[in-house]
Amino acid sequence: MVLALNTAARSAGLRIGMPAAKVQALVPGLILRDADPAADAKALDRLALWALQRYAPIAAADPPDGLVIDATGAAHLHGGEDALLKGLVARLAASGIVARVAIANSWGAAYAFARYGAQATLVIPAGDSAKTLLDLPIAALRLPKTMVEDLSVLGFARIGELAAKPRAPLALRFGPQLYRRLDQAMGRLREPIDPVRPPGLIEVRRVFAEPIGAPETITRYIGKLTSQLCEILEAKGHGARQLDLLFHRVDNRIEAVRIGTARPVRDGKRLTRLLCDKIETIDPGFGIEIMRLAATLAEPLAPKQMVSSLTEEPEAEISHLIDTLANRIGEQRLYRCAPLASDVPERSVQKIAPAAPDIGETWSDPWPRPARLLPRPESIETLALLPDHPPVTFTWRGIRRRVTSADGPERVFGEWWKQDAELIAVRDYFRVEDEAGERFWIYRSGDGEDATTGSQRWFLHGIFG
Amino acid sequence: MSTFVTRPAVEELRARIRRLESTAGHGRAVLPFGIKELDRQLPGGGLALGALHEVAGGSNDTIHAAAAALFAAGITARTKGKVLWCLARPDLFAPALAQAGLMPDRVIYVEAGDEKSVLICFEEGLRHGGLGAVVAEVAHLSLTASRRLQLAAESSGTVGIAIRRWRQPTEAADFGQPTASVTRWRVSVLPATPLPVPGVGRPRWRLELIRCRAGESADFEVEACDAKGRLALPAKLAHGPAAKDIGRRHAAS
Repeated sequence: MVLALNTAARSAGLRIGMPAAKVQALVPGLILRDADPAADAKALDRLALWALQRYAPIAAADPPDGLVIDATGAAHLHGGEDALLKGLVARLAASGIVARVAIANSWGAAYAFARYGAQATLVIPAGDSAKTLLDLPIAALRLPKTMVEDLSVLGFARIGELAAKPRAPLALRFGPQLYRRLDQAMGRLREPIDPVRPPGLIEVRRVFAEPIGAPETITRYIGKLTSQLCEILEAKGHGARQLDLLFHRVDNRIEAVRIGTARPVRDGKRLTRLLCDKIETIDPGFGIEIMRLAATLAEPLAPKQMVSSLTEEPEAEISHLIDTLANRIGEQRLYRCAPLASDVPERSVQKIAPAAPDIGETWSDPWPRPARLLPRPESIETLALLPDHPPVTFTWRGIRRRVTSADGPERVFGEWWKQDAELIAVRDYFRVEDEAGERFWIYRSGDGEDATTGSQRWFLHGIFG
Repeated sequence: MSTFVTRPAVEELRARIRRLESTAGHGRAVLPFGIKELDRQLPGGGLALGALHEVAGGSNDTIHAAAAALFAAGITARTKGKVLWCLARPDLFAPALAQAGLMPDRVIYVEAGDEKSVLICFEEGLRHGGLGAVVAEVAHLSLTASRRLQLAAESSGTVGIAIRRWRQPTEAADFGQPTASVTRWRVSVLPATPLPVPGVGRPRWRLELIRCRAGESADFEVEACDAKGRLALPAKLAHGPAAKDIGRRHAAS
């Protein structure tokens, strides 16, 4: 029987579930491979591990073909839920995996939307999960196949129909599993995700006889756990790049905190401070039973000789400030700018990691550049002599300004190697000053003569100080 | 009115007040502008390090704060160490900062998003102590928030510059509200230095020192930052009395 297909096979008209002999008869020369469930499970575990290191502290394989990630408190580090999903799909696609993803309130709902939702990537807003779920087929509920078939014999097709019926008769007929799955999908029943733990993970744990809940107590135990972890790290000669702290609550939920560092660290105090910054995001509920601290990413960290102040001024260490800020607002919102060889102004700046080594060079342009560059050039009305004079007056955001002096043109050619449309595109930049002394960076799209080089319209692109 | 009283009794009183004010051991380190007329107006002969300073743009520049950003870049370019620049809107163009002497390797940008996060990052940077300067673009700065920032700056000796930048020109009235910052500047653009040939010369600014703790307000007409972040006085004013005239007019108004 056919269990999986690639795109070519799908376009040839084959479907999952067809008998093997039938598909061989349909498509001559078809390549068949035996299913290898063990290898599939292994690959899925590897993928779960990757998701754990890359995305969120709670990630697990959901056999046979799924991956479940608890993105609570982790989405903002990837630029929001939408961006997280898009990034995830793009990364998987890059390694040849076609994926459908969804974010919803509960594991069950996300499972249903990922497999039966209308789009390949779907974010269900927090309140809408239960309502939207009602339109999906019963099969989305993670029920055994026989039960789904029996239900369809009884005339149930959608989850909504099932939810509208009185519970007792159906529970009597199908057992407790039916409504447990429904409640899990609706988010009425908690379902903990047991995160994947790779072998050889550096992890310490602490079990409490009495559940703890006060922030001071949590802080104290975080300190104890980090010092234990740092001892293990030191014995291995490693430093942590990423730490996950899991709190197992008495009501069978797991709360998680993740911190990352720009460089490997095994300074207990620093790690404790980074973790304690996040305590307020933890909801201890009725109490915490177990705390587990794991270094999900660790890198070798060799001892380094300190710079002697006799020879040179020691450079102040700022990597822990970078870590603190990155954990608070997200890693990609913290960056340095570096020059990029491009004449197009908006492309001449690239963002690099804040802790990257110094580049030691700056923009080689001798021409003045504006302090503020508008996110997108704004169209202005002008009165200008063609082809190479600056405007005499221009109107921007409803204010008419008379130009008293101007510098230019500075011609910027399109980068034809980037896209065909830029092959002959030209911008002529002018620096103009109006009567009040305000200085602007404006350009004309096109060279002023040849209509193919641009629209010949004027834009304001930046503001000088 | 005489601007400077130099009697020993007054001097001693000033020293006592200074001792009361500065709790940390960083003392009174200052960063001079290198312009006599300007430095004379500032207590200690320069911009106090380990303190919070406010900069805003004038007229239309209250929204863009382009000149204010360059003014801040010129100051931070003359400090040592890395610089943290907290942004509310990502429209700052790094090459312009490099042209004001602030090399790209030194600046770490934080796109904090909302006002509250900007202030958190600002304070975190000031408290750290390993940075040369921290710059943040904020619209609203309450007395409490500025007091926190000022204390953080005092404790570490890092200079903090708050670029006040509003969404609407009408909101700029907020700049009149009291804050705990040590100095408060307004930078407005003026027509550039005239050139003998067509073109735009070196930009000029009107620099108003609106408030200065233990000093007097004044205003100056300066030429914008050069490639090393230094301001200059326009040539015709460098030795003339015009700067004084401006100061007197301001005092009278």
